[in-house]
Amino acid sequence: MRAEDNEMATPTLPEIELPTLSNEEILRYSRHLILPEVGMEGQQKLKAAKVLCVGTGGLGAPLALYLAAAGVGTLGLVDFDTVDASNLQRQIIHSTATVGKLKVDSAEIMLKGLNPYMNVVKHNTMLTSANALEIFRDYDIIADGTDNFQTRYLVNDACVLTGKPNAYGSIFRFEGQASVFATEAGPCYRCLYPEPPPPGLVPSCAEGGVLGILPGLVGVIQATEVIKLILGIGETLVGRLLLVDALTMHFRTLKLRKNPDCPVCGTHPTVTALIDYDQFCGIEKPKTVGPLEVAQNKNVADLPVVDGIPQISVQELKRRLDAHEDIFVLDVREPHEAKIVTLGAPLIPLGDLPKRLDELAPQRDREIVVHCKSGGRSQKAAQLLKNAGFTHVENLAGGILAWADKIDPTMPKY
Amino acid sequence: MKINIPTPLRAYTGGQQTVTVPGATVAEALQALTAAYADLRNHLYTPEGKLRSFVNLYLNDDDIRYLPQKESTPVEESDELTIIPSIAGGVAAICNLFCS
Repeated sequence: MRAEDNEMATPTLPEIELPTLSNEEILRYSRHLILPEVGMEGQQKLKAAKVLCVGTGGLGAPLALYLAAAGVGTLGLVDFDTVDASNLQRQIIHSTATVGKLKVDSAEIMLKGLNPYMNVVKHNTMLTSANALEIFRDYDIIADGTDNFQTRYLVNDACVLTGKPNAYGSIFRFEGQASVFATEAGPCYRCLYPEPPPPGLVPSCAEGGVLGILPGLVGVIQATEVIKLILGIGETLVGRLLLVDALTMHFRTLKLRKNPDCPVCGTHPTVTALIDYDQFCGIEKPKTVGPLEVAQNKNVADLPVVDGIPQISVQELKRRLDAHEDIFVLDVREPHEAKIVTLGAPLIPLGDLPKRLDELAPQRDREIVVHCKSGGRSQKAAQLLKNAGFTHVENLAGGILAWADKIDPTMPKY
Repeated sequence: MKINIPTPLRAYTGGQQTVTVPGATVAEALQALTAAYADLRNHLYTPEGKLRSFVNLYLNDDDIRYLPQKESTPVEESDELTIIPSIAGGVAAICNLFCS
């Protein structure tokens, strides 16, 4: 154990008998073996290590690939999603050939292709309070590459409860964060963020844009931390939060402290079992098993009325427009989205709507159909308009994506 | 002092990633920030005036929660305040407040 400047000793993994390396493996890892910080023993530790990647998306892809390249002996993958073409802008472990396959199956192909000497354990499931502890027990280190708050808290709590370090990475547009949580001496995720944000009122469709390289950068930082934890070398990010701004290429670190009052890892923990994280985050449980990546979004189902706003289907809107009914269609997306694809409707971004209601005054009693990309923001906008006194407002269920799907397949989806 | 604005909030500071404000303490600097950029107030503070729980404030490299005087900590011109919201892939906590 080495003492760090901020008094966080590098955590060590449990002692076990180290596996031998074949001649082929020695050749493969030669560049590691000749590094004094790794050597034969280090490489054997990597082979003995069992790391769980939660999520095989933007962060999980580079993370898993580099761990495989490094010779981590067992990699577990948790994901129940399937590969979609829009993933390939950043999820480099998948390929055009595997679009439509389960992500864990797709990832396995690339991982085994890179390193046939490793074991890939596929957990084709959503990580939940019911299965997390059991899944985690078989691994030494957990690498969290998920993108919703419920799973962040679930992974954190499960790591603390099972005593496994959490190599954490998260991203948003151009910025990333990385740290190592849930070591015995160090802070956990809840020490930094005790409470989750309020439920996702606005779906991630606009905010979900991300520069493809960003999870690459952060995922490899996570992989680096995993390797350092396995080898017991260097100074890990325990007790530090690394902030990455890819646009300015600024990196900085902030100090993190273990909160003695932390409900999970503090001196008097009150959370001693996994809880209902959807409830904790105020999220409705998904009605169908959907991709992990959109688990946070409220499913705006195609019901006649949702929260007081009538929902109109794309077919019904087309029928009414073709019949020259007097309808005002309002687009509440961002201008850059309209450049991708548009229905030709006047555009007022949702964020600007409160300030620009005057522009819509002539439509006060007219039938207004609000649309966005997939129906979430427009629902919010419709409620705003209704509360402002507009008398006949409807939400286009499924948004312009549903229109591209069902009415005009020549339109691009994004 | 300089305040570093995270990506999700730059829309409310005219795209600026750092702003310079006057103030003798952390609290005064934040007051000046929300006075200059009123849209920020709702994103940083609850209606009751408390800092939102998924937002962390750092004075240089220290979390203000762990400074003895917290928001009353005196600051120098050369100090920097950084706002760190929790992020998780596609969504930033702070963007979810768009219409609250």
